[in-house]
Amino acid sequence: MSTHESATSRLSRLLTMVPWLLHRQGIDIEQAASELGVSREQIEADLQLLFVCGTPGHMPDDLIEADWESGRVYLGNADLIARPLRLGVDEALALIVGLRTLASVPGIGDRAAIDRALAKLEEATGAAAAASSRVQVTLDEGSETETLQQLQRALAAHRRVHLRYLVAARDEATERDVDPMRVLNIDATWYLEAWCHRAEDVRLFRLDRIESLEVLDQDGTPPEQARPRDLDAGVFTPSPTDQQVRIALRPEAAWVSDYYPVDSVERADDGSQTISLRTADTAWLRRLLWRLGGGATVLEPQELAAQVSAGAEQALRLYDVRGATAPEPRHTAGS
Amino acid sequence: MTPPSASSVSSASAKTERLLNLVICLLYTRQPLSKARIRDAVPQYGQTASTEAFDRMFERDKDELRDLGIPLKTEPLDAFFDDEPGYRIDRREYALQEISFAPDELAVLGLASRAWQQASLGGPAAQALRKLSAADVERDDASIVGIEPRVRTAEPAFEAVRHAVLGRTPIRFDYRTAGSGERTTRHLQPWGMASWHGRWYVTGFDTDRDAPRVFRLGRIEGPVTVDGTSESYDVPPDHEPRTMIDTMSVEREVQPAVLRVRVGAGNTLRRRADDIREAEEGWSRVEVGFTDAESFADEIAGFGPDVLVEEPTELVDAVVRRFTGVVSAQGGAA
Repeated sequence: MSTHESATSRLSRLLTMVPWLLHRQGIDIEQAASELGVSREQIEADLQLLFVCGTPGHMPDDLIEADWESGRVYLGNADLIARPLRLGVDEALALIVGLRTLASVPGIGDRAAIDRALAKLEEATGAAAAASSRVQVTLDEGSETETLQQLQRALAAHRRVHLRYLVAARDEATERDVDPMRVLNIDATWYLEAWCHRAEDVRLFRLDRIESLEVLDQDGTPPEQARPRDLDAGVFTPSPTDQQVRIALRPEAAWVSDYYPVDSVERADDGSQTISLRTADTAWLRRLLWRLGGGATVLEPQELAAQVSAGAEQALRLYDVRGATAPEPRHTAGS
Repeated sequence: MTPPSASSVSSASAKTERLLNLVICLLYTRQPLSKARIRDAVPQYGQTASTEAFDRMFERDKDELRDLGIPLKTEPLDAFFDDEPGYRIDRREYALQEISFAPDELAVLGLASRAWQQASLGGPAAQALRKLSAADVERDDASIVGIEPRVRTAEPAFEAVRHAVLGRTPIRFDYRTAGSGERTTRHLQPWGMASWHGRWYVTGFDTDRDAPRVFRLGRIEGPVTVDGTSESYDVPPDHEPRTMIDTMSVEREVQPAVLRVRVGAGNTLRRRADDIREAEEGWSRVEVGFTDAESFADEIAGFGPDVLVEEPTELVDAVVRRFTGVVSAQGGAA
């Protein structure tokens, strides 16, 4: 963050950091850096800057006191900026919309705490809170409410869960025992992240593909090696060994680059794009390409292009051979 | 743009120092200060070469502080002669009001701020949480263990549209229509925005169509341009973006479809089928309801040669059109 941070963003960060540190006198500098989301070097540079600022006159007594030599941070003589700056519109918006979204989770554990926090925040932010009501997030509630509640119970009680789960990319139902780690909602879809005893690894399960679920009377604490994945870039995490795919998208299919993790996008003036991405499993990609119809062309690899084309031709033959009364799909069955 | 050099880094640092001294100086004073007094009080201003150079620098700094939300006030220096303005920051208006959060409330606030992680509001969310938790150190994360809703803002237009919605600023943008992909320039007084089924929409008054309209952010092409002054129109007091999006995306009646699905395939279709029967060897006959032929055709085409539509004709045509499109699009490559 250091070199690219603008002077005003840094000021805003410092005005937030000072009250935070004043309430945590003697905090370990590494811990402070980590909780403030900056590097140790950055926090030292920040303290150095604070140290030369102060009230008019700028005599030693007027300056902010900062001491971090012992590895513990002490601040003083900063009374004028000891209170945080009131929340900006963006800040109020982010928290209020976030809390309202949380409150809309079916069967969420502690709704009372959400309501109390929301009421205090709305009172403290006034007009900013009013504008926030015009930005709304709807999570899909759908038919997963019951699954969601069962999973919340399993998480709270650390119970193992037996799943019958549909793997859509392979279009097949599977049975497995999992230790739940967390339940996430990403792009309005609910996911369970869990240690899967079948795969011996962390796996992500879409709640709407869980066909049945049984909370087992068995400890479900995930093993130590179970680490939550960073899912903020999306639910697909390409690995460097994956296959490289390049696809040309016509303007009507250009949305694809917003909704799937692509490595690069070349945009042409007419709205068409050439995207490249990496994936281990091309089954989902074939499905996507079929539904895009003529909106996409696979540029490489050739075998994916051939598979997509062959699948489409095979499907078309099913329609062509359809008689007036009964279809005869078995002519072409058995791919 | 060249990468920041050591000198531009140190000048950014000098600017932060100057702005911080200015903030402290204006909070310190109870009376509005004249520009001359400010120049004396803030060391970095004292070093400027000329009054003009100082004036320019101060004007810019003042605007930037206001952009950060700092209530920098301009008041007459003298109640009888208002020819020279004075400046100060009102301490009570500056500070976040005293609010204290219980440990469980802080826990839910933490979760709410994490909802925006990596989204465009991630920075403000984290900053807000630090402000609110400055004085409250205790936090109790036990109450809503393991539930993490995430809000993403993948659409490039998100930031510009959000600013326009909050500032009630008219905007102009190019918009691609759903079916034809045709691109037209639209003019909108934005009212609100909502994320629905994982996609962001903006509601507002379309001044070209002279009627309320809903736009999907993912279909906005290129930049969103400010097209009028802020707070130049009113939002209907009872406006609910979500409700408007719901009603504008017309709910059509559920129609029955008859499909042939290969045994072992089409599991997501089978799950919501109204009726499943055995058909000729290796196939099932599946009846399932749908509302929108185009989006159902997308889903069916995704199964490739494993699902065949029997009826209705509209759906058969929509699916066949996709496969024909694939074959011709791949024509050169396959």
